Amino acid sequence: MSTETIDLKTRLITDFHAREAVMNGEASSEFHQKKRAGLARFEQLGFPSIKHEEWKYSNVRDLISVSYDFNADSSIGLAELEDLKVPAQEANILYFVNGRYNAELSTIISPVEKITISSLSEAYKNDPAKVASHFNELTKDAEDAFTALNTAFTQDGVFIHIPDNQSVEHPIILRFVSDAREKNVGSQPRNIISVGKNAHVKLAEAFRTLGDQRSFTNAVTEIHVAEEANVQYYKVQNESENAYHVGTTQVRMLDRSHFYAGTVTLNGKFTRNNLNIVLDGEHCDAHMYGLYFPDGSQHVDNHTVADHQKPNSESNELYKGILRDKSKGVFNGKIFVRPDAQKTNAFQSCKNIVLSPDATMNTKPQLEIFADDVKCSHGTTTGQIDEEALFYMRSRGISQPEAMSLLMFAFCADVVSQIKIDSVREYLENVITKKLASK
Amino acid sequence: MLSINDLRASIEGKEILKGINLEVKPGEVHAIMGPNGSGKSTLASVLAGREEYEVTGGSVVFDGKDILELAPEERAAEGIFLAFQYPVEIPGVTTINFLKTAVNEIRKYKGESPLDAAQFLKMVREKAKLVSMNDSLLKRALNEGFSGGEKKRNEIFQMAVLEPKLAILDETDSGLDIDALRIVAEGVNSLRSPERSTIVVTHYQRLLDYIVPDYVHVLYKGRIVKSGPKELALELEEKGYDWIKAEVEAVG
Repeated sequence: MSTETIDLKTRLITDFHAREAVMNGEASSEFHQKKRAGLARFEQLGFPSIKHEEWKYSNVRDLISVSYDFNADSSIGLAELEDLKVPAQEANILYFVNGRYNAELSTIISPVEKITISSLSEAYKNDPAKVASHFNELTKDAEDAFTALNTAFTQDGVFIHIPDNQSVEHPIILRFVSDAREKNVGSQPRNIISVGKNAHVKLAEAFRTLGDQRSFTNAVTEIHVAEEANVQYYKVQNESENAYHVGTTQVRMLDRSHFYAGTVTLNGKFTRNNLNIVLDGEHCDAHMYGLYFPDGSQHVDNHTVADHQKPNSESNELYKGILRDKSKGVFNGKIFVRPDAQKTNAFQSCKNIVLSPDATMNTKPQLEIFADDVKCSHGTTTGQIDEEALFYMRSRGISQPEAMSLLMFAFCADVVSQIKIDSVREYLENVITKKLASK
Repeated sequence: MLSINDLRASIEGKEILKGINLEVKPGEVHAIMGPNGSGKSTLASVLAGREEYEVTGGSVVFDGKDILELAPEERAAEGIFLAFQYPVEIPGVTTINFLKTAVNEIRKYKGESPLDAAQFLKMVREKAKLVSMNDSLLKRALNEGFSGGEKKRNEIFQMAVLEPKLAILDETDSGLDIDALRIVAEGVNSLRSPERSTIVVTHYQRLLDYIVPDYVHVLYKGRIVKSGPKELALELEEKGYDWIKAEVEAVG
């Protein structure tokens, strides 16, 4: 790993202009114009320091202190990915290696004549106007440097379009693999998912790393949820001890739609997840569940937004964490209730178990309510394992380590049980059981 | 079976047990009574291995082993069972899963192979009948949202499954109405055997109408100040604890 200190921002900007110079006409396309606007935004914002309110507890200094190869080739094959597999289930599985779609590894089983499931690059070739119009639509006003950076450097990702009244029978699993076996690698996937009226889909994003060099993933997912649609969206990170991950999921919901998010961070050096849901319809319900288990010197930061713009909708949020060693956790949950959003119900809860005196958890609920007839509640707890429960179990013959893992597994259960893709839930149960038994 | 000799224990530097002596033989039922704050629950907790208490002197020998050296789970595996005064609610762990783990951890301690799911379920169903424990309670999270009676019944049910050699019932009657009390007591009585001993810790005599003791001991200020046959309990019910206190102060 390189220890030379570099200016990543300048390098990225230089790199952008070098690529642009050889674009041969494409530079005037709508798609590229959006990328260029992204670059300008990034240039203006720059990487955030801890003086930035949204990054107060998450220092990216380490992340931006080295350079990454954003175009690294990988010879990765199914053999190397075997151990990364989650239990078999009939599913659409799309692989992205170092940010680029790998058709050979992928399997798409849902009928493509009814549903579009393809890589963004492929979708752009087939219908540039459609992809360009959706691209950055939901994130265009984002005041976030990483989102702007992703916009500037978007190369690939997934493009999913589910027409009205279609149900996708098989889940869609997106596997993002960073091949960091030989050098520091970076990837900036952009996923665009558009779910039509009364359409149903379950999808998961899974992030893994191979190798010990650094990986930097800067992912952005935009999800359009039309009227009465039902979307289950899960994000699972099980990356390496040298993996840096910043990700934003931006969701817009219309009338009577349902959206469920599960964000589980199992492993990774530095993780920042932004989950922003705009409830731009009446009688919507948004559900956000999160779980994180940092140990060593890992850092996990979850920022969420439930933005109620219309009346009669509900948001419900539960995040849970178990922190060990010298790890750090951050939870920042914002609830906005706009002036029109009367009769909003918004609930938020963040519960943590801190198992070491050197671990820290920062929680910050933030409610901004501009309507008067609403029900909102929030609560955070940070504590140790329940000693009385531990003694109760031990008094029945259960050894201390076994009792600890049972209690911690139970603590996670109400989040894990919300994951409705069987293979993903079983995978999580497996990894969590092993992780809890390891200490 | 159980031999307690000059047992002293303190919590946060304050001595609660000031030299307890007690002999329990196989099959016997001993009641420990006494006014509030006399150290009854402390004695039960120390025997089960609660770590907040520091044992400052004396010995407790159970089946020839000094149990003060053993962790709570090892004491359980040796055959000591504590029915809690306040059973703990554990969300996310079902009663059935909790008990299966307990049974198999104890079997592992004894060098026995674990029970498979079918064997375990068969055994559990039989034991559930003993204390009229409803199947649906077994599938629910341990004690979560259980009524007071259901919690205490669950304690006796767990005792039936784990088949201890020594059961310690800590204020099992507290918070129970008469019907719940009867069901719990019947469960305890059905588990009585020539090999199994029981220590019943209670403030009131009424539980002893149902679980009839062989001996009654009165604990006061951290010592057993009086022992006698079961009639002693009735005398305490009638006269209260003041005469005992007076006796002790006179001697002291």
